Amino acid sequence: MSELAVDLTHGDAHHDDHADHGPQGWLKYLWSTDHKVIAMQYMFTGMFMALIGGFMAYVFRMQLAFPGIEVPGYFGSVSPGEYNALVTNHGTIMIFWVAMPVLLAAFGNYLIPLMVGADDMVFPKINRLSFQVFFVSTIVILASLVVEGGGFAGAWTAYPPLSADSTYNLTPLGSTLWLIGVGLEFVAFLLGGINFITTLMNSRAPGMRAFDVPIVVWMIVVASILFMLSVGPLLAGAIMLLFDQTLGTGFFNPATGGDPILWQHLFWFFGHPEVYVVLLPAMGVVIEIITTFARKKLFAYRTVIFTIVATGVLSFFVWAHHQFVAGIDPRMANIFTVTTLLISVPIAELCFIYIATLYRGSITLSTPMLWGLAFVAEFLIGGVTGIFLGAAGADIYFHDTYFVLAHFHYTFFPIAIIGTFAAFTYWFPKMFGKMMSERLGKWHFWFTIIPFNVIFIPLFVLGMGGQHRRIYNYQHFPELAGDGFQSMRIIATVALLVMLAAQFIFFYNCFRSWRAGAKASKNPWKANSLEWTTESPPPHGNWRPDRMPVVYRGPYEYSVPGREKDYWPQNEPK
Amino acid sequence: MTAHTTILPFRPRPERRRKLVSNGVLGMLLFVFVEVMLFAGFISAFVIIRSRAIGSVWPPPNQPRLPFEETAVNTAALIASGVLLLIAQRMHLRALAAAKAKLSRGSPASQPPPPSPLPASPGVALLLAAATLLGGTFVALQGVEWVALIREGLTLTSSTYGALFYTIIGAHALHAVVAIGVLVWAVAQLLRERLTGEAISTVALFWYFVVLVWPFLYIQVYL
Repeated sequence: MSELAVDLTHGDAHHDDHADHGPQGWLKYLWSTDHKVIAMQYMFTGMFMALIGGFMAYVFRMQLAFPGIEVPGYFGSVSPGEYNALVTNHGTIMIFWVAMPVLLAAFGNYLIPLMVGADDMVFPKINRLSFQVFFVSTIVILASLVVEGGGFAGAWTAYPPLSADSTYNLTPLGSTLWLIGVGLEFVAFLLGGINFITTLMNSRAPGMRAFDVPIVVWMIVVASILFMLSVGPLLAGAIMLLFDQTLGTGFFNPATGGDPILWQHLFWFFGHPEVYVVLLPAMGVVIEIITTFARKKLFAYRTVIFTIVATGVLSFFVWAHHQFVAGIDPRMANIFTVTTLLISVPIAELCFIYIATLYRGSITLSTPMLWGLAFVAEFLIGGVTGIFLGAAGADIYFHDTYFVLAHFHYTFFPIAIIGTFAAFTYWFPKMFGKMMSERLGKWHFWFTIIPFNVIFIPLFVLGMGGQHRRIYNYQHFPELAGDGFQSMRIIATVALLVMLAAQFIFFYNCFRSWRAGAKASKNPWKANSLEWTTESPPPHGNWRPDRMPVVYRGPYEYSVPGREKDYWPQNEPK
Repeated sequence: MTAHTTILPFRPRPERRRKLVSNGVLGMLLFVFVEVMLFAGFISAFVIIRSRAIGSVWPPPNQPRLPFEETAVNTAALIASGVLLLIAQRMHLRALAAAKAKLSRGSPASQPPPPSPLPASPGVALLLAAATLLGGTFVALQGVEWVALIREGLTLTSSTYGALFYTIIGAHALHAVVAIGVLVWAVAQLLRERLTGEAISTVALFWYFVVLVWPFLYIQVYL
């Protein structure tokens, strides 16, 4: 696994030879302030962490399907403590070290300056610092897995008292490192978020008005704002939890007058907006792809922006739907049920906007488009099942079952995996100057999407049957050990194996396209936004200083009647 | 919208527009938002834990009271420091604007003025130094207060009351120390005739945050 990551970064090193000023060689990658290099650093770190998170999923799914098996590649069978550490860190890594760095940080860094027509971020050094802090956080979280006592095993939500007291969680060092790693990671994204917002506000190309900005940039910026508004309370909570762990304070300990539910409030006050922090960039990516490959103007540009702002505001008032069984006041549960059901309205609206944009377009089913359409379809399932969980009555039954788990993966898999593949395949020609193989891309697509559904649909059924999460071995529970249940677990695990194996098609495709792919032109998809007006890959500074782009119109002018070409780049006066 | 889709209004070749807020100030504003939310998190934790106090007795019995009156002196020093900084900032910005006007009168309008040392009036330097010193006084008095409290038996582990006090007030003190460091840097920049308007505004914004969040903490935690 680590060899593969080295390979990837190595490939990157050869690739970006054009950034030929400042420090040379490998040092350049530590100290470069170019937003594209930083984006690549985030991307490849995120992909490396995705491999680790995927490997964890493989190990614990094997344990669930075949309890007690010697998992191939894991050096032995999984102990209960290891199982808990694996599920905990799978969640933590996939959300904080895969979804956020790739979708928000990598694509935010790569796209924002290019799409608004700037030569770099506003604060390049802060940007570099952001990645450096993130890199340290990556090392800390990886170290937490191998220290004495093992990695933190108290679930990614880290509820006290389990997370606060090492006499309960038995991982004194692992849980502290876990907390420090997560905290550092938040600091990294804060620094990044300041850059994103300031760059959009202050560095737009001449002529680019607020409503000429591509939606994906809006989405990333709104996501950054949500992140920055929500992360403060969690950082406060993390500091208090760290003190509980290491200094012996009792913020979350009822025996000393503390309150364990307090952590849940602070965590979910961040945790729910966090869903939208990663959702919005993915939705923005899909909008860019759908308009390009349907050759059609985005339906209701301004409505999209108002909708995401509404979503953002609402997302701050739904957090307690995670706590319906935590002993909160039933009247409060009613309020949070209402707000939770309300937030599905703007998201459904976005889905309708996708469909309206596709309607009567001339659709090309290229690989990025397939990923984009899959995002809409799969996320819809995640959204609809979320409505059951948002209603307090149903949630009390479903709470902490595999239904929640399947719902969660039906939202986060489309976001973090499908959204990333959509974005990656769409901008690959720009990032590396080569076209990807469509044939391999489609094989990879189908071998990811079909197994994904085969993994998680059985989990909905298992959850409705009452199967609780975070249980090491269901054979210990006679009512959950039945044949029907166990065969569904085996189906899910086998599908996971297929899906993981399919990712090698992707890596092979990347590698082969990068080495021997057809050379990409400036604008291979015939799209409008500014990043397609520069070279592929863009040089240091993005455009020649005397040819910085100037903007005359919005980014979605496809198939304008009376024009010869069916697209109209933002920088063309006529 | 329908008109927009078919006929696009003609736009003349656009010019780069003036920034609404300078990069540094905007970045700092965003950072301050995060900090405000951080302290909001602390305050809500404080309120929730206080509301759960056994028998609704707060502060808990056997714990020393916080020195509300002595800290008022402290608070006054901090607020005075903020006011001095505000005056210094305005004076410096005015001096910069005057210097710029003078330069542009001297040179042809089309050419950008050459880089030049920025004005550093002794008045601004004095005010900045005084603001920094008052900030330092605030932190020093806090330190004295902490030593006394620890002697009286209020520690991180003595109760959630003590834990909250040291965490919240300590977080604020940490911000104050960092901000004082930045103010010292600003004084040094000023003396080297390098303090730009953007720099002083950015630095000042952070100090205003430290000053303005304090009364809330003071009333919430000490009272």
